[in-house]
Amino acid sequence: MKHLKPVNQKARRLTKAVEAGPAEAPADAGAKADVIALQQRPPQQPAGPHIPLGCATIFSPGWEVDRTGGTAGLCQPVERDLFDCHFGCYWPAQVPDQLNHAPTWTGKCAAAQKDWRKIDLIFP
Amino acid sequence: MIALQPGDCHAFEAAGRRFLYLAPSAAVMAIDDVSAAVFDTIAARPQSRDDLVSALAGRHAAEDIDDSVAELVRVRALARAELPHRPAPKILPLTPIPLATMVMNVTNQCNLSCAYCYEYGEDKIVQTDNGRQPKWMSEETARESVELLLRESGTVAHLTFFGGETLMNFKVLKTTVDYARTRAAELNKTIDFSLTTNATLLKPEIIEFLADNDFGVTVSIDGPKDLQNKFRVFHGGAGSYEIVAPKIKALIARHRSRPIGARVTLTRDTLDVRRIYDHLTNDLGFWEVGFAPVTAAPGRPHAFGEDGFNDVLAQFRDLAADYRDAALASRHHGFGNVHETLGEIHKGASKAWPCGAGFGLLGVSTAGDIALCHRFAGSDDHKLGDVHNGIDRAKQAAFLDAHHVANKTDCATCWARPVCAGGCYHEAHTRYGTTERPNLHYCEWIRGWTDTCLKIYGEIAEANPGFFRQFEATYEAPQAS
Repeated sequence: MKHLKPVNQKARRLTKAVEAGPAEAPADAGAKADVIALQQRPPQQPAGPHIPLGCATIFSPGWEVDRTGGTAGLCQPVERDLFDCHFGCYWPAQVPDQLNHAPTWTGKCAAAQKDWRKIDLIFP
Repeated sequence: MIALQPGDCHAFEAAGRRFLYLAPSAAVMAIDDVSAAVFDTIAARPQSRDDLVSALAGRHAAEDIDDSVAELVRVRALARAELPHRPAPKILPLTPIPLATMVMNVTNQCNLSCAYCYEYGEDKIVQTDNGRQPKWMSEETARESVELLLRESGTVAHLTFFGGETLMNFKVLKTTVDYARTRAAELNKTIDFSLTTNATLLKPEIIEFLADNDFGVTVSIDGPKDLQNKFRVFHGGAGSYEIVAPKIKALIARHRSRPIGARVTLTRDTLDVRRIYDHLTNDLGFWEVGFAPVTAAPGRPHAFGEDGFNDVLAQFRDLAADYRDAALASRHHGFGNVHETLGEIHKGASKAWPCGAGFGLLGVSTAGDIALCHRFAGSDDHKLGDVHNGIDRAKQAAFLDAHHVANKTDCATCWARPVCAGGCYHEAHTRYGTTERPNLHYCEWIRGWTDTCLKIYGEIAEANPGFFRQFEATYEAPQAS
């Protein structure tokens, strides 16, 4: 911050939080933005209750849809969002060819809940 | 165009600089000239960004004003006028909070009969003479209390002995200390001891014991002879000053490992802060002196009215200036009220409850009933279990829910709520008959005093910021008073 200078300990923490937080949403300032919905800005969908339509009761990348039932508003690019198509689905989905082309595609992803960020992007 | 208005905050000036104290975060920010101009203009009249830019045209560039407004909005020093007031979040602990301090009332008997006493005077909560609470805590109850404390505490436990006059039950106090040390060692916990006494019963063997066991000692005393003897008298009416003065000197001469503090009750008849302070520090040798206006129902002869609180504030400010001068020169000054408030300001404490009572601090009555704090010890209405069966967690949760600052609508827009949170439960009970009410009779006094301490904080922050290191990464256990 340029115009305000923190003086006490709490002010230093507040400044850190404000500087880390997203500029548009000071109310949520506090954590460094990690996952941001693709269509967050400018808003294209009416605000409403967030109903996790289509989500499985388990964490299952590849099977989530956004609150409109589509995939455009998901938290991560669809290219990364097909882990479960590879892992648990019988349907021949378009996933990287782990036998020939990309044998280490999920090498760093021992548990999807924790490691989904580490699934590599694969380009043919 | 959206109008802007000031958020919950308090603007003050110190050492030629402008500062903001923000609620509810309790952050202290130094603000530059642009931000001060922006804040003052909006404080004078809520207005839109465009009006603000034209009002400050020629003095500050629009770009600087926009930047400053954005920063002030982000820390909530400014808010949009059309938005409803943002209610304070009400967050209750989901798991039991460790017990940091237990205040053990080893007796409800006292050899003095101070007219203003909250335990025996006209405003007492508990009928101590009805026989339901024994006069003396038994060794067995004391041991059960220690077990409870060590079971519910974190790695460090504080045990404070209280009364009545604490030293009238020195026998149980002494065996309890031995027992607590042994048990704490077995459980690999640290325990430390303190007590509050009127000093009448101090004698060499007791002083040795307190020094050997590294006791934190607080002495209740009202000042030099004429002031002390006005209220702090024996049952026959004789003043206690002549008895306590030499004993206090002997205590301070022998017990050097921990600072010894005096706790003064101010009444409208004994209001002479500087003279009391000078006497207690210079003549008797106390390291620290804390003052508290007497707790009394309105209309009691010694109680403060509106004017009285203004007098207290003026005298506090006068002595606080000495503290500031000492702090700027990195010297110790024993005015405890400033020291304590500066510590809270420096950390940025923002309280959901006014004190640790019923939370990290609990009182225990002579019968072993667990109370909010020592002032409620023995009161059936404020009981939170007993040392035999443990803390009544359901009652405790209900208490914390009912007393959260978010429930106190009077406090919702007050900038001083981070330090006050409505004030003492016992004071509220005495004034209004319920612990749930905020102490509206001293709002102006709290705001005035907090403003004074903020200005001192600002001056020290500008000229000698290293002074505040003493407040960092230390934990001070709540003290019984």
